[in-house]
Amino acid sequence: MSNFPFLSVLTVAPLVGALVVAFLPRHRPELAKQVAFAWSLLVLVLSVVMWASFNAGGDRFQFRESYSWIPNWGVSFTFAADGIALVMLMLIAVLVPLVILASWHDAESSKRSVPVYFALLLALECTMIGVFAAADVFLFYVFFEVMLVPMYFLIGSYGGHQRQYAAVKFFLYSLVGGLFMLAAVIGLWVVGGKTFDWQALSQVDISTGTERWLFLGFFLAFAIKAPFFPFHTWLPDAGGAAPAGAAALLVGVLDKVGTFGILRYCLPLFPEASKWFAPWALALGVIGIVYAALLAVGQNDLKRLVSYTSIAHFGFIGVGIFAFTTQAGTGAVLYMLNHGLATGLLFLVVGMLISRRGSALISDFGGAGKLVPLLAGVLFFAGLASLALPGTAPFISEFLVLIGTFTVNKPVAVIATLGIILAAAYVLWMVQRTTQGTLNPALTEVDGMRRDLNLREKAVVAPLIALIVLLGFYPKPVTDVINPAVQATMDDIGKSDPAPSVGTVQEAHR
Amino acid sequence: MTELKLPSLDYAALAPILIMLGTALLGVLVEAFVPRRSRHLVQLTLALLAVLAALTMVVFNADDRMLTAGRALAVDGPTLFLQGAILVLAAMALLLIGDRSVERGGAFVAQAAVTAESADDRRQAEGRNGLTEVYPLTTFAIGGMLIFVAANDLLTMFIALEVFSLPLYLLCALARRRRLLSQEAAMKYFLLGAYASAFFLFGVALIYGFTAGIPGRTAGVDFATINAAVSESPASPVLLFAGMALLAIGLLFKAAAAPFHVWTPDVYQGAPTPVTGFMAACTKVAAFGALLRVFHVAFADAGWDFTPVLGAVAVLTMLVGAVLAVTQTDIKRLLAYSSIANAGYLLVGVLAPSRDGLSGTMFYLVAYGFSVLAAFAVVTLVRDADGEATHLSHWAGLGRRSPFFAGLFTFILLAFAGIPLTSGFTSKFAIFGPALAEGQTWLVIAGVLTSMVLAFPYLRVVVLMWLSEPGESTPTVTVPGGLTSAALMIGVLATLVLGIAPAPLLDLAAGAAEFVR
Repeated sequence: MSNFPFLSVLTVAPLVGALVVAFLPRHRPELAKQVAFAWSLLVLVLSVVMWASFNAGGDRFQFRESYSWIPNWGVSFTFAADGIALVMLMLIAVLVPLVILASWHDAESSKRSVPVYFALLLALECTMIGVFAAADVFLFYVFFEVMLVPMYFLIGSYGGHQRQYAAVKFFLYSLVGGLFMLAAVIGLWVVGGKTFDWQALSQVDISTGTERWLFLGFFLAFAIKAPFFPFHTWLPDAGGAAPAGAAALLVGVLDKVGTFGILRYCLPLFPEASKWFAPWALALGVIGIVYAALLAVGQNDLKRLVSYTSIAHFGFIGVGIFAFTTQAGTGAVLYMLNHGLATGLLFLVVGMLISRRGSALISDFGGAGKLVPLLAGVLFFAGLASLALPGTAPFISEFLVLIGTFTVNKPVAVIATLGIILAAAYVLWMVQRTTQGTLNPALTEVDGMRRDLNLREKAVVAPLIALIVLLGFYPKPVTDVINPAVQATMDDIGKSDPAPSVGTVQEAHR
Repeated sequence: MTELKLPSLDYAALAPILIMLGTALLGVLVEAFVPRRSRHLVQLTLALLAVLAALTMVVFNADDRMLTAGRALAVDGPTLFLQGAILVLAAMALLLIGDRSVERGGAFVAQAAVTAESADDRRQAEGRNGLTEVYPLTTFAIGGMLIFVAANDLLTMFIALEVFSLPLYLLCALARRRRLLSQEAAMKYFLLGAYASAFFLFGVALIYGFTAGIPGRTAGVDFATINAAVSESPASPVLLFAGMALLAIGLLFKAAAAPFHVWTPDVYQGAPTPVTGFMAACTKVAAFGALLRVFHVAFADAGWDFTPVLGAVAVLTMLVGAVLAVTQTDIKRLLAYSSIANAGYLLVGVLAPSRDGLSGTMFYLVAYGFSVLAAFAVVTLVRDADGEATHLSHWAGLGRRSPFFAGLFTFILLAFAGIPLTSGFTSKFAIFGPALAEGQTWLVIAGVLTSMVLAFPYLRVVVLMWLSEPGESTPTVTVPGGLTSAALMIGVLATLVLGIAPAPLLDLAAGAAEFVR
C-alpha cells in the first residue's frame, strides 16, 4: 500500500472535486454542498489510510513521487512527506469537512453563487495539501502563491464588513512576501546548480553572505504568512472579514505554511544563517506573544480577537522553532496541529454565535449562556483549549515549547510564560462578556439566539472537542511521528540538545 | 571598370518576408480592382493566408543558419523564432482587426478624411463598413517586422524600421470612434517616431565613422564589421558610445522603454484597440528582436560599456511603468503602462548575455504577446452606447454581469501579476533566472520590487470586476463573433499552457538561441 501515490492523489482529488462542484447548476445549492462534503470526506479517508501506512520509524521522507515537469529548469512534480508534513496534511483533511459542514448556510447570505463557495473551499484544500506535500522548491512556491487566489475570493466575495479592503490587503501582503521568496528561490536555484529538488539543495554549500540573503528572502515570506510581529497587521483584517469557515482555514492551516516553511526550508537549507538570525527571530516571537496578547485583550470584535490570539500563538511556535532543541521543536510542530484544532474550533464557534446574533461585537452580547447554554459551553471549552489549560492538547505543546526553550534560553522562556497569563485574561474576559453575567435584553429579541446548537453544528464541534481532549491526554501517536522529523531538522542545522534536557531526573538521583 | 556583382539571394530563406510584402502589394491591387462589397472578405482571407504561408516557410526553414542577401539579412535561430512569434501573434491581431461582429462595420473608420466630430463623421460612425486598407497596411507592417528581426546591418534595420513604422502611424489614426483622440495619437506617434528614426540614423552614421580606419578592412555598418571594430578600431571610443546611445534611443523608443515611453499611453489609448493589441504584441517582439541582435552581436564586446546604462534604463522603465500604472483610470492606459513595465523586464533579459538569457527573453516575448492580445480582445468587448467603455469606473461589477469574460480577464491579469500556473510567472522566471546567473542581482531585485507595485493596479481591476456592485453605467459585454472569440481563446489558452507546460516552447527557444555572426 505504501507504493500508492498518496500525495499526488491527495493534491489532485480536491481540485477535481472543486471543478465538479463549480459546474453544478447554481440553483441546486444543496446538491453542491452534499457533493463538496462527500468529496472532502473522501479526502479524509484517504489521508487516514496514508497516516496508517506511514512508518514512524522509517525514512525521514516517505511517499516520495517524482514526475518531470519543466526539465529545462530542473523542475519536477516531486512530492514527499516527513512527519511534520504528515501531521499538517492530517489537520487539513480533518478541518475541511468540518468547515464545509459549518459553512452550510454561510454562502446563502451573500447573494453570490453557493456552489462556487464550496468549489473555492475545495480548491483551497488542493493548494494547501500541495504546499505541504511538495518536495520541490519550485512546486512549493507555485502552491504557496496559487493558494492566495481561492482565499482572496473567499474573503472578497463572501466575507463580511470591509471584505474588499481585507481581501486586497491579504493578497498584497502575501504577494509581497511571495515575491521576496521568488527572488530567493531564483537565487537558490542559481547557487544550487539549477535544480529545485529539496534533497539536492539541502546538500549544497552556500557562501555565508549569500546564505543570509537567501534566508531573509524565504524568512520574510514565511514571517508575513505566519504572521510574526511586525508583519501581522493583515491577519486581524482578513480574519475579521472572512466568513467563519474560511477564517478557520486561514488561521488554522494557511498560516501554518509560514512556520512549516521555516522548518522545512529556512532551517535545513540555510543552517548557518538560521543560527545567525535566531536571536532576532526569537525576539520577534517573544514580542509577538506579548504584544498580540495585549491587543487581543482590548478587542471588541470576536473574530479580530481570535485573530490576535492566534498571532500570539504563532509567537510561541516561532520561539519553539528557533530555540533549536528537539523538545521545543516538537512542541512547535505539535502546537501547529493543536492550534489548528483549538483555534479552528474557536473560529467556528464564534462564527455560530455571530451568525445567530448578526453582529461580531462583544458588546452586543452578554449573558448569552442563558439562551444558548450548549453553544456557550462549547465556546468556553474552545477558549480553555486556546489558553492551553492542562488536559487540552495545546497545553502539551505549549509546555514542550517552554521547557525546550528554558534549557537554552531562560529569559525568552520566562517572558513567553507571561503570554500564558495574558491568554487567560483575553479568553476568560471574552467568555465572560459574551456568555456570562446578566442577560443583554437586546439578545432576547434576536430570533437566532433562541436556537441552541443543532445536529449539524454538534457534528462540527464534537470531533474537534474529542480530538483536543484525546491529544491532551495521549499525544503519543502524533509525537511519535513528529519527533524523528524534528530530530532530523535539528541534525540539519547541527544543533544537539543540551545534555541535561531530559536528564533532570538522573541529576536528582545523584 | 569594376563589375557590379549581385549578391546571392536564398529565396527559400527570404520567403516569409517576400510573401508578406508581396501580399501587401497584392492587397493594394485588391483595393483597386475588387468591388467594395467583397473587399473585406478577400483582404482578410488574403492576409491570413499569407501569414499562414509565411509561417509554414518559417517552420520549413527551421534549421537554416545563414547570412544571405549579401550579409544584409541573417536567417538564424533567433530570427526564425522571432519571425514565427511575430507571425503567430499577427494572425491573432488580424482576427481582431477583421472582426465586424462586435461593432457594426468593424473597429475602423469608414472615411478617414472626414473632419472629426462633424456630421459626416457621426454618420460614418453609425455602422458603415470600415476601411479595408488596414489589411495591406498591416501586412506591410508585418513584413517590415520580419525584416527588422533578421537585419544584419544597421541600414537594413533602419529601412525595416520605417517599413513597419509608417503603416503603424496610419493604422493608429483609423479608429472609428473618438476620432480626435485617434488622430492625436497618430500625430504624436508619427512625430516622436520620426525623431527616434532620425536618432537611429544619426547613430548609424557615427558607427560607420567609427568602423572606418581599421587596417585591412573597409568601413561598414554590418554587424561583423562593427563587432570587429569594437575591439580593433583606432578611432575614438566617443564615436562608438555616442553611436550606440543614439541607436539605443531609436530602438528603445519602439520598445517603449523609459524615458522614451511617453508616447505609449496616448497611442495605446487612441489607436483602435485591435491595432493597440498588434502594437503591444508584435512591435514589442520586433523591437526586442532588434535590440537583442544589435547588443548581442554587433556590440557584444562592448558589454562593459552599455550594461550599466541599459541597466539604469531597465530599472527606470520598470519603475515608471509600475508606479504610473497604479494611478491609471483607463484600462487601455493601464495596459500601456503595464506594457512599459514589461519592456523593463525584457531589458533585464537583454542584459543577461547568455544562451539562457536569450532564450528566456524570446520566451517572454511570446508569452507576453499572447496575454496582451487576449487582454485587448476583452477590452474590445466591454462596450456601452459610445463604443468601448475603457474607463475603469465602468468596469465595476462586470463579474456579475458577465462572469465568463470577467473570469478570462481576471486570469490574464493574474498572469500579468506573475501568479504561478500562468505564463506570466514562467516567463518572469525565464528572464530573472539567467539574469541572476549572469550576476545582474540588482536588476532582478528591482524587477521583483516593481512586480509587487504592479500587482496593485491589476488587483484593483479584479476587485472592481468581482467585488464591487454593478452600477448604472456598467456596460454589457458584447458576445463576440467567431474571429474575436478565436483570438481571445488562443491568447488565454496559450497563457495557461505556457504557464503549466512551458517545456516545449522553452526547448524551442533554447534550440534557437544562437546568433549567426
